[in-house]
Amino acid sequence: MIPHQINKASVQILAEVISNKKFGPYHHMVFAVGEMAASVKPGNFVAISVGGEQSSLVLRRAFAIYRAIDKSPMGGSIELVVAPHGQGSSWLCSRSVGDFVDLIGPLGTSFGIPTTNANAMLIGGGYGSAPLFALAESLKNRGCRVDMVLGASTANKIFAPLEGKRTVSSLTLTTDDGTAGIHGQISEAIPRLIREFGTEVIYSCGPMGMLSAIAKIAKEFDIAHQCSVEESMACGIGVCMTCVVPIKSEDSIKMVRTCIDGPVMDGSEIIWDRKEVSDVMGL
Amino acid sequence: MSTLDYSTKIGSKRFSNPIFTASGCASSGQELSQFFPLTELGAIVTKSIMTKARTGRMTPRMAETPSGMLNSIGLQGPGIDAFLENDIPWLVEQKAKIIVSIAGETVDEYGVLSRRFRAVPGISAVEVNISCPNVENRGQVFACHPDTSIAVIEAVRRNIGGELPIIAKLSPDVTDIVSIAQAVINAGVDGLALINTLLGMVIDTNSMRPKLAGKTGGLSGPAIRPVAVRAIYQVHQAFPNTPIVGMGGVASGRDALELILAGASAISIGTASFGNPNAAMQVKSQLSELLIERGFNDFRDAIGFAHRGV
Repeated sequence: MIPHQINKASVQILAEVISNKKFGPYHHMVFAVGEMAASVKPGNFVAISVGGEQSSLVLRRAFAIYRAIDKSPMGGSIELVVAPHGQGSSWLCSRSVGDFVDLIGPLGTSFGIPTTNANAMLIGGGYGSAPLFALAESLKNRGCRVDMVLGASTANKIFAPLEGKRTVSSLTLTTDDGTAGIHGQISEAIPRLIREFGTEVIYSCGPMGMLSAIAKIAKEFDIAHQCSVEESMACGIGVCMTCVVPIKSEDSIKMVRTCIDGPVMDGSEIIWDRKEVSDVMGL
Repeated sequence: MSTLDYSTKIGSKRFSNPIFTASGCASSGQELSQFFPLTELGAIVTKSIMTKARTGRMTPRMAETPSGMLNSIGLQGPGIDAFLENDIPWLVEQKAKIIVSIAGETVDEYGVLSRRFRAVPGISAVEVNISCPNVENRGQVFACHPDTSIAVIEAVRRNIGGELPIIAKLSPDVTDIVSIAQAVINAGVDGLALINTLLGMVIDTNSMRPKLAGKTGGLSGPAIRPVAVRAIYQVHQAFPNTPIVGMGGVASGRDALELILAGASAISIGTASFGNPNAAMQVKSQLSELLIERGFNDFRDAIGFAHRGV
C-alpha cells in the first residue's frame, strides 16, 4: 500500500491580494497565485497563515476555493469567499490590495464528475456554496443538468453571485427565517426537489449538520452523494491528525484526515452519528 | 566566510545537523517531503508507534490557544505491522535518518515493540514516549513517576539489545523533572527528549462545555517555550553528559538557540510545522547563521553555553 499523500500539485507561495470586496456579510477576495491556478480542481482548498509574523495565531486557516482562473491579465488567480467570524478570518478580510499572504494550495480532494451526463443537484449552505459554482461549470460542460439549491439562516447569508446563477439549470433558495425562497431548513426542501428534477447525483457543501441530513436523504433515495466536509484543522497538510472524520472500515471505524482524504468525500462512507462512533470505539 | 561543524551526537549515533522533527508533528514524513527533502533533517522522529492500529479520540481534537494549541489525538496510528511494512521502507528509500518513537499502554507493550524494532535496519535511535498526556488515565503517563519510568526503560533496554540509542521522552507536568531524568538515566537511556506537551483544557464559553471531545489535551507551541527552556536547563545542569533533544515551541533559529544554550544537543520542530511546513528548514538555516555570528565553528560548543560562569 502506498502511503496517503497530500495533493501532489500543492505548493507554498506568497500570494498577492489583487482584490478584496465586501459581498453581503462575506468578503470576495482574489489572490495572484501564478501557475498554481492551473492545477486547482473544484472542491480543493487552500491553507493560509494569518495574523502576521508576530501573531499569537500559530495555525493556518483553511478556505475552500471559489474559483481559479489560470489565464487572466494578472496571471493565474484564485478567489475565496471568506466570512470574517473569527480572529484569523477577520485578519484575512482586513488585508488590502497589494498585501501578501503565505498560502499553501491546492489541497485536498476534488468533486468527481460523472462519466455520463447525469442530473446533478448542488446543495450549498451559507458561504458553503462557493466551491459549487466552479463545479456547476464543469458539470455543465459535461452535459449534465445542474439544479442548485442554496440555503442559509437568512436571505443576505446566501452566497449566489450573478454569473454563478447563469451556469445552472435551476436555482432554488431556502431560508430558515423565510426572508427569501422556501421558508425552512434546506434539507426539508430536498426530497421534493429530487423527485421534481429526477436527481441522480448530489454534491453538497456546508455545515456538518446539513451534510448529515443530506446524507440521510441520499441514502433513502439511493443516489450518490459527494460532500465537502468541514472539521477544524490545524495544518491542512496531513501532519496534525486533528481534522479527522470517522468512516466505515470493515467491521470497525477508521478516522481519516479531511485534508487528505477530503474535503470532498463519499457521504455514504462517513459515520454521521457521533453516538454510533463512540459506542464502537468504547469511548 | 566561517564554516560551521553542524553535526551532533546522541549516544553512539551521529547526525549531520541538530534539527529533527517532533514526534506526532510530522506523521511518517510523506507529507512534509512534498516541501523539502527529508535528508535535509538531522532526523525525522516518527509519530509514536504502538503494537496495534489505533483509532484515536473523537473530534474536536484541536483548540487554538494564545501562541499555541491543544491537541487531543490519542495516539492515532497504523500499528507496528503496517508501519514496518509501509512507512519504514519508504523512509529508508528516501535515505532519511530515522528515529522511531514508540508508545505502549503497558510496560510489556514497550518490550514487545522494542523487540520488533531491534532487527529493523535503517533506524538510528528509538524515542520512548512515556509522557503522552492524551491517555484514558493519568496512571498511564509513565513519566509521572520514577518507578514506572524505570520499569519501561528497563523493558526497552532488555529487548532492544545492541547499539540503538534509547531516548526517553519526559513530561514537564511533574514536580521534579530532574528526579525523573535521573531515574531513566540510571535505567540506561542514552538521551532525553524534553519536553512533551503540558496537560491543558479549554472551555467553550458559548456551548459552556469543554472544547475538546477528550476534554483535556496537550498544550504546545511558543506558549510553552519558557517551560522547555527551564526543564532543559535544570536537567542539563544535573546531567551535563546526557544528550537532550530539546523541543517546545521552537519556531525560529533564535528559539532553537535558546534551547541549545540551555543544554539541548538537538532540536525537534513540532507545532511550528503545522503553521509552516518549511519551519524546520528555516530554523536550520537561521540557527546556523546565528551560531556563526556568535563565533561558533562547532555546533557542539554552544550546547549548554548558558551554564558557563554561572
